[in-house]
Amino acid sequence: MTAAENGLVTGHKKFERNVTLLAVLAFAAVTIGGIVEIAPLFWIDNTIEKVDGVRPYTPLEQAGRDIYIREGCYVCHSQMIRPFRDETERYGHYSLAAESMYDHPFQWGSKRTGPDLARVGGRYSDEWHVQHLVDPRSVVPESVMPMYAFLKDRDLSKSDTEGSMSGELKALYHVGVPYSQDQIAHADEDLKAQAGQGDAAELAKRWPKAQARDFDGNPARLTEMDALVAYLQVLGTMVDTNSAAAQEDLAKETGR
Amino acid sequence: MDNRKIDDATGVETVGHEWDGIEELNNPLPRWWLWTFYATIAFSVAYCVVYPAIPMLSKGTDGAWKWSSRGALAAEMSKAEQGRAATLAAIAATPIEALPEKPQLMQAAVAGGRAAFRVNCVQCHGAGAAGFKGYPNLNDDDWLWGGDLRTIETTITHGIRFPGDDQTRQSQMPNFGKDGLLPAASVSDVASYVLTLSGKEQPGAASQRGAATFAANCAVCHGPEGKGGRQFGAPNLADAIWLYGGTHADVAASVTSAHAGVMPAWAHRLDPVTIKMLAAYVHSLGGGEKFAPVPTPEESTPAGGAAPAAAAPR
Repeated sequence: MTAAENGLVTGHKKFERNVTLLAVLAFAAVTIGGIVEIAPLFWIDNTIEKVDGVRPYTPLEQAGRDIYIREGCYVCHSQMIRPFRDETERYGHYSLAAESMYDHPFQWGSKRTGPDLARVGGRYSDEWHVQHLVDPRSVVPESVMPMYAFLKDRDLSKSDTEGSMSGELKALYHVGVPYSQDQIAHADEDLKAQAGQGDAAELAKRWPKAQARDFDGNPARLTEMDALVAYLQVLGTMVDTNSAAAQEDLAKETGR
Repeated sequence: MDNRKIDDATGVETVGHEWDGIEELNNPLPRWWLWTFYATIAFSVAYCVVYPAIPMLSKGTDGAWKWSSRGALAAEMSKAEQGRAATLAAIAATPIEALPEKPQLMQAAVAGGRAAFRVNCVQCHGAGAAGFKGYPNLNDDDWLWGGDLRTIETTITHGIRFPGDDQTRQSQMPNFGKDGLLPAASVSDVASYVLTLSGKEQPGAASQRGAATFAANCAVCHGPEGKGGRQFGAPNLADAIWLYGGTHADVAASVTSAHAGVMPAWAHRLDPVTIKMLAAYVHSLGGGEKFAPVPTPEESTPAGGAAPAAAAPR
């Protein structure tokens, strides 16, 4: 054994016999690995590509999103269309990173007992969604989805989101969703207006692209069904993936 | 600390450590293991060179092969499209009437139609095309508007009562009860009469009263024997197939407040070849009809002569 080898072995013995030194150096090694793997995600264009059309969720959509999470929809439904032929032919254009930039937390999921929902918006009518949520087997006999009929009977305003949409938008603002002060202040009015119970003109001023109508087929009540269907109907519709510009940009990309 | 020595039993040198009398032999690593380890290092270096790997200032390295998941998808999609192109062109060039004469092309069209059906049609007509209440079953030979290839293609292209398509299939049954055209008692009578046509009710006083009402109000579209009329999409009332339910209450409800189902016009969303393939698929499900040599429908039954022109007896 040479002297150098000998020095390496004896040097290493120091780490092995001093637990504090070992911990410090192990932490340093993990930190370096973490910086190399994680930090570039904050600047390389793969992960921060800008896409036209993406906007934060409206209060009603956000409330629907909360119900989506509360009911555990993500356990069986993913929201991430991967760039494979079998997925794009069934679900539509593959998902773009920017499409979930305002999701806190994102709903990409990792399991598909049911189909992917990343582009379910506009694919079915509101009536279909309501019928399907009330009794999935009435339109898809082979479905194993539970029934969510109770959503029709629960007032959105009496649920846990009561009076808190301003607060929720504010919280999201603090984690980086660019809601305007106006949007935050009028969140509760906009919530009702989007479900067809309020001033549609005011809503259109703050949310120019929001679809506003009665979603659950019961104009008299604002239910959790309204919110959930509103959320489902906006999924994947913000970005026009078929527009020529989008396709041109995507075709030029390499390295991802 | 270095107490390396040759172990007596094996003749191998020890590593020189000793804990409570326990020593460790300094056997070399198995060669296969060592070379596999070196190979993985070489592989990782090569991988970083040919594939996108190393994050730089604005983006990752492209890699020598310029691979990207999106590019790989685009290549796969265009390859699939090229593979289909010849068949699709052949289907496009064949008039739909001539499709059944080319079994191979017909088979391809049915397969293509099956795929498109799963994406676009199953939501309403069901995965097995058996339909639901209000959405017709496409497996049977009971057609509202006609079941030959050309007619099915027209229905898919222009839809039924679809706003925004001026060639869409149009018809509107009056709301006999809701709009006060018939009193509630007559509605019930006529429902009884309608149910006697398919043998679901025994003829009685009510159905006898209903018969006159039927002849005056319903026969113009549904035919004097209630066998339907395809020029209006009027359903056959004399069979056991009911789109909106076949109980007395269901029929009375339909007479009171008429149904007018809507099917989208797919010309705006699907290309003509896909529509043609869908027509071939729906036609193949079991109820597809042959082309009638003359505009009047095929399969004439004794009752057919009395039905309105172009209205199918069946």
